[in-house]
Amino acid sequence: MSVRSIPFLLVTLAIGAAVFAGAMLLGNDYYFFAGYVVAQYIVLSSAWNILGGYCGYVNFGTAGFFGLGAYSTVAVYQLVEGNEFPHVVPIPLLILLGGLISGVVGFGMGYLTLRLRGAFFAIATLALAVVLETLVVNWDFVGGSRGAYIVRPETIGPIGSYVRYLFLLMLVLAVAALNVARLIERSRLGYGFATIRDDELAAEAAGVPTLRLKLVATTISGALMGMAGAPFPYYIGYLQPSSTFGFDYAVNAIAMSLIGGTSSWVGPLIGTLLLGSLQQLITVTISSAVNLLLVGALLVVFVIVAPNGILGLVHKYLQRKPDEFVGRRRIDLDAAAAAAATAATAAPPAAKPGSAPGSPPP
Amino acid sequence: MTDLLEVDNLGKRFGGFVALESIALSVRAGERLGLIGPNGSGKSTLVNCICGTLRNEQGSVRFDGRAVDGLPAHQRTRLGLARSFQLPRPFVSLNLMDNVRIPLLYTVAARGGHHAGAAIDDHCHRLLREVGLETKARALPRDLTQVEMRKLELARAMAAEPKLLIADEAMAGLTHSEIEDILVLLVRLNEQGVTVILIEHIMRAVMSFSRRLVVLVSGRKIADGLPEEVMHDPEVERAYLGQ
Repeated sequence: MSVRSIPFLLVTLAIGAAVFAGAMLLGNDYYFFAGYVVAQYIVLSSAWNILGGYCGYVNFGTAGFFGLGAYSTVAVYQLVEGNEFPHVVPIPLLILLGGLISGVVGFGMGYLTLRLRGAFFAIATLALAVVLETLVVNWDFVGGSRGAYIVRPETIGPIGSYVRYLFLLMLVLAVAALNVARLIERSRLGYGFATIRDDELAAEAAGVPTLRLKLVATTISGALMGMAGAPFPYYIGYLQPSSTFGFDYAVNAIAMSLIGGTSSWVGPLIGTLLLGSLQQLITVTISSAVNLLLVGALLVVFVIVAPNGILGLVHKYLQRKPDEFVGRRRIDLDAAAAAAATAATAAPPAAKPGSAPGSPPP
Repeated sequence: MTDLLEVDNLGKRFGGFVALESIALSVRAGERLGLIGPNGSGKSTLVNCICGTLRNEQGSVRFDGRAVDGLPAHQRTRLGLARSFQLPRPFVSLNLMDNVRIPLLYTVAARGGHHAGAAIDDHCHRLLREVGLETKARALPRDLTQVEMRKLELARAMAAEPKLLIADEAMAGLTHSEIEDILVLLVRLNEQGVTVILIEHIMRAVMSFSRRLVVLVSGRKIADGLPEEVMHDPEVERAYLGQ
């Protein structure tokens, strides 16, 4: 972890803590219910952006990974339900499990689709979500098409109602997702991802192991989505395959990233805060059905007016090109220093094209 | 001197079309080789097979004493085989600094390279200065002219600190003085110990640069020898000028 990542981690943790404290002060459980969804979408859109924004691989299977995380929790719940002590498995552990399973599936998806690009990759990921839904519908143990009931405890410890605890967990997860996304963006990995997005042939020629990096991206992205899904059964109480694997998650994750801007970790955050909050507002004031209409309308507007999202608009407004923003990225100094330390023991390469810049032409 | 690159009986087909037919080619370390041939003669296909962008069905490629058949392109690059693309393929969302940074991060570092931290920035600047692009370090590739893109392409290949550099038509569309610039650059690289294969249509450049000339026609090697002799080879004359 680079030096500058730790202050960022502390700042985001502080903001997360402040948000939670604010919600506690307001005292109304509704804010926790609404905040949970927004935080969940911060994780989902940040995860989507790691593969979609950084690598340029558009994933329509967000719901598949999300549902996988959710149903891994249901499976564990069913296993322990008959016990004397229900809820013996703490939710953080379920989150890790969901992340693990979704990460493995993400790796598999990356491996199976490694020759697909563009629309073909998107279709394959869409198919993955459908396949997973079909599996769950036909798996009686987790409720099949009937769905599964999860009875959550009413309260927990000093925090109060259980939904507050869930919100806290999701907030921590959102902070983690933002930190992971930012760390990737500013590391060697981030540069590698960008070359995959731009030109895979040229990336290979420059020494970038494109296949391996792509697998890293699908695994991290899938794992984060699964982690966002794991606490969901406890939040919703009744889990149903058709809504858990619903297209909404995919569309929302994509829309939030695109509206915010995909070039940086800030984009999905801005997009989610804007769109996610607006959706929550509309759900309580007008109707939940208007949600998707809003997403569609906003996407159309943004594609026309600001194809690079709000980030792109901001850069334009500041009379600066996005490239200068990209150019400010710095490499992970610690990693480079570590590489140099190992290099010190190895013999330097014979040819150094750059070692004699001032030598006169022959 | 030992052979740095050995291509043996290499063949490549695209469906029913034979793009390369039993090509044999060996390049000694430190050589300056010109590779010419009419359009569609298989020059770029040969480069792609050598560099791992394409897989050859037949024959083998040995580089620096080891068989590289089946190795993906990035591993060949790490072994010291760098190439520039005929049509420039810059990383469009990265500025020029970062474009040349990629091989430093992924190739030189993978070899246990010697660049770290701020030294990488300096090295990127130095590479860009060598090709005359230092003033555009923060520009994006889309702001470059075609000529500058070719220079960036070369700078990126040089950044990988190769043992063998294959310049695939790095000079197409350039003016005389610009061709001179690039030739000077390639000669300097060669004097530093880098073996260079130059693929070019501009005969003046090829003749002044190459110490040996290989001619491909319709996927077959028809000549290999000293430039002057090759150019007077009746078969080469026939291929270029007709009967």
